[in-house]
Amino acid sequence: MLRGLVSQMNDMYAARADEAPTDELAELTGIRTGPSTSPDDPILSRLLPDFHRLDDDRPTKEDIDSAAMLRSLHEPGLLDLKTGVADLLLDTCPPAGGDVRLTVEQADAWLSAINDVRLALGTALDVSEDMPDELPDDDPRSPHLAVYHWLTWVQESLVQALTE
Amino acid sequence: MTTPVELEQTQVDPTGAEIVATDRPWQTVVWNDPVNLMSYVTYVFQKLFGYNRDQATKLMLDVHHKGRAIVSSGSKEKVEGDVARLHAAGLWATMQHAS
Repeated sequence: MLRGLVSQMNDMYAARADEAPTDELAELTGIRTGPSTSPDDPILSRLLPDFHRLDDDRPTKEDIDSAAMLRSLHEPGLLDLKTGVADLLLDTCPPAGGDVRLTVEQADAWLSAINDVRLALGTALDVSEDMPDELPDDDPRSPHLAVYHWLTWVQESLVQALTE
Repeated sequence: MTTPVELEQTQVDPTGAEIVATDRPWQTVVWNDPVNLMSYVTYVFQKLFGYNRDQATKLMLDVHHKGRAIVSSGSKEKVEGDVARLHAAGLWATMQHAS
């Protein structure tokens, strides 16, 4: 299941990367630029935050322009990093399940990849700080919430292991 | 393209805008969100900024209880890099001028 979730994340990252503008200058210099505005999708938007807060009443033009510039500069690298940790997890997570042994470096990558999945799921489920352990069976979010709580437990365990 | 004379007098920052030597420093702000685990946020602060466990925990609790905390400050370039690394770790971070 973890592999399935992480693969979906990679699909999402690839789709967003496809939205990056192409221009001759970028091809000449080899410097990739990304989109200059936040994704419309709330999940991608949470995974790829603005460099300045633009959601208060009257963001200044300076902030909007700066955020656009910083996003186009940094977003390709950020997507690469997220895809990288997702790939590492897929490479080291056995398809048939079973024990997993990870180096510290790999565990750190798993931590990042799992956190990204939790961010995506949490945003989709609109979780709050005092989210209940369960929702009523007839709530369509119920099975997804169970996965979210399981991932929380996995991530918590990984952090404990890394900080001992 | 700037001429050598201009380079002596101004400093070009990575975003291409010229800044003056007396520019105010920048700050990295981390915002609270309902998904990130307290233990994970503490771990990230230690790992990225070299804070010890107590310092990182205090900063994390500031984020948690006050809604935000300033986790680093310095030149625009430095803070930009810090924000980018926090984004890579999945934290909600922005940068602002020190007031």
